[in-house]
Amino acid sequence: MKIEVLGTGCAKCVALEKVVKEAVAKSGKFAQIEKVDDIMKIMEYQVVSTPGLVIDGKVVSTGKLLSVDEVVALING
Amino acid sequence: MWYELTKEFIYGIVGLEGKLADALHFFIYDTVKIWFLLLTIIFAVSFLRTWVNTEYVRAHLQGKSALYGHVGASLFGIITPFCSCSAIPLFLGFIQARIPVGVTFSYLISAPMNNEIAIAMLFGLFGWKVTAIYIGFGLMVAIIGGYFIGKMGAEKEILLDVKPIDSELEAGLVSLTVKERAKEAWGYTLDIFKKIYLYVLLGVGVGAWIHGYIPTDFIARYTGEGNPFAVIIAVMMGIPMYSNAAGVMPLVEVLTGKGMLLGTALSFMMAVTALSLPEALILKKIISIRLIGLFFAIVGSGIIIIGYLFNTIL
Repeated sequence: MKIEVLGTGCAKCVALEKVVKEAVAKSGKFAQIEKVDDIMKIMEYQVVSTPGLVIDGKVVSTGKLLSVDEVVALING
Repeated sequence: MWYELTKEFIYGIVGLEGKLADALHFFIYDTVKIWFLLLTIIFAVSFLRTWVNTEYVRAHLQGKSALYGHVGASLFGIITPFCSCSAIPLFLGFIQARIPVGVTFSYLISAPMNNEIAIAMLFGLFGWKVTAIYIGFGLMVAIIGGYFIGKMGAEKEILLDVKPIDSELEAGLVSLTVKERAKEAWGYTLDIFKKIYLYVLLGVGVGAWIHGYIPTDFIARYTGEGNPFAVIIAVMMGIPMYSNAAGVMPLVEVLTGKGMLLGTALSFMMAVTALSLPEALILKKIISIRLIGLFFAIVGSGIIIIGYLFNTIL
């Protein structure tokens, strides 16, 4: 599983990355986490409000700082 | 009712008198009132928001006429969340969808200007009429400002080369139950509230002090009818104060009560929420200084005109 956090470096984006790390640990799954701050790459995902969350190439959330449990739910989804 | 209750508490039960009692009464009364309003109105706005996100706005505006675009973008600006750190992806994302730069600016002007916190506070402190006029003028500045920026050929002022996408965009909305939406909205409301409640407390504190101790004619003399430059001074003061919109409103209430004209106070608040230096610095990475200057000039003069208009009609 590959999880990408899209964000250009705002506070919420940094916070979401932390939440994702916690959520992965909590879910017990093996996942590769990547922070994407290249704006052109973010554009490719057609995300206009950051932070964005992408799981296995699919955008699952935009513009929101999710809670750990919400991310766990998305990972298990 | 709440006013009488706190009055009874301070003067009756605690038995305070004089200026200290006036200030304290105002402080307790106003803090609780504003906190309550913030919670209810931000909740209402965030609840509505769960149906509309920025991706949806972009998909909706794609391929629409310019007029529809300006009006639509400005209207969406009221209900969609916007944080200045999203300015770049938003800007480029809109270009990608071939939405005209002017329309994008209509959105960029409207989103921070019609700020939910400002709306909540205005509604609580001055009633629905002032709030409606505030939103109406905010929309007008966003529509006209975006239109002018579009007319001035802003396309060539963009520093990055963005390739437009050919395909139709998908709105990408999540389906949620009403309960889930309410839960999400409540979480967001608490989040915002935690960030601003101290500012409100501080703002009301200073406001209460002014209310109790500063004589009315002092404020009226500098920012009342007598000073033709009051609005311009207020806007200049408002620009660097971006993050403290919530703390500013209680002050505005007191200042107007003490003789500052409402238009001046509104201009001040709009400058605080709509013109932010952080946003300008973020935008500098993708658009020319000239265009940013134009953006600030149009919004700034719009706000100044609103101030004078309000001062004349109210």
